Amino acid sequence: MEADAARYIGAGLAAIGMIGAGIGVGNVWASYISALARNPAAKDDIGANIWIGFAVTEAIALFALIIGLLALFG
Amino acid sequence: MAASPIEQFEVYPLLPIQVGNLDLSFTNSSLWMVITVAVSTVILAFSARGGALVPSRLQSVSEMMYELVANMVRDNVGSGGRKYFPFIFTLFVFVLFANLLGMLPHSFTVTSHLIVTFTLAAVIFVAVTIIGFYRHGFHYFRMFFPHGAPLWTAVILVPVELVSYLSRPVSLSVRLFANMTVGHVLLKVIAGFVITLGVFGIAPFIFLIALNALELFIAALQAYVFAILTCIYLHDALHMH
Repeated sequence: MEADAARYIGAGLAAIGMIGAGIGVGNVWASYISALARNPAAKDDIGANIWIGFAVTEAIALFALIIGLLALFG
Repeated sequence: MAASPIEQFEVYPLLPIQVGNLDLSFTNSSLWMVITVAVSTVILAFSARGGALVPSRLQSVSEMMYELVANMVRDNVGSGGRKYFPFIFTLFVFVLFANLLGMLPHSFTVTSHLIVTFTLAAVIFVAVTIIGFYRHGFHYFRMFFPHGAPLWTAVILVPVELVSYLSRPVSLSVRLFANMTVGHVLLKVIAGFVITLGVFGIAPFIFLIALNALELFIAALQAYVFAILTCIYLHDALHMH
């Protein structure tokens, strides 16, 4: 196989890692909304922490993206 | 074909300085770092100068930033965190202004280079580790083994905790760098569609405006996340788990 072709296939494969991050971020917000539905008074307490959960989960997608970019341009 | 979306991240020397084998040139990256520090210092110093009891609009901007970080340190670091407030506030303001100034057209995003964010993260990591050993001595190794777990699980838990501890500077720096890089690449790619689609370019143009708003939000959010994770690491070092 040509090196260029393998490079594009590798970048595509790296994008699979984003499936997990998609599920994870969906989970974060779903839990947030169901927590708010149960106890709307807790909004301020949860509000700050939700962004930590979001950022930590989102980082996984970005790691996958970095691998993809490395495969393409590295 | 439109210009490469990676082109905007190019570092080039403005004032070449060569010391021995070291290339210490003053680059566009250095220039924008200086601008970041200058703008944030001027805004904070100028807005805090009046010190009115009822703040003006500019004064309340800096008061809100101060309160945000003060609350963050109080809630997340807990007791003994007050003396680290200046460091975390400086970190927050530097990252925030670097991200926001990067959103100006034709500017350079300082935080879109891994070496910049990794240096920040490495300083935090080394400082937090030293604080931990200084406060707890040899007992700090207890970090890698949770209280109450059966002893035989140490075989699995210690390596996992060790890797998770050592990957902190990597994840902290890559998160900020990747968010900034990806955002700017995305803006450039969509902007390329606006040109190539001609009249129908109005659709990606509207999308581009929305995306710009999202990027401004991400810029502030990533600065917040960077500061809050520093607080959490500091809490671990001061109070263990």
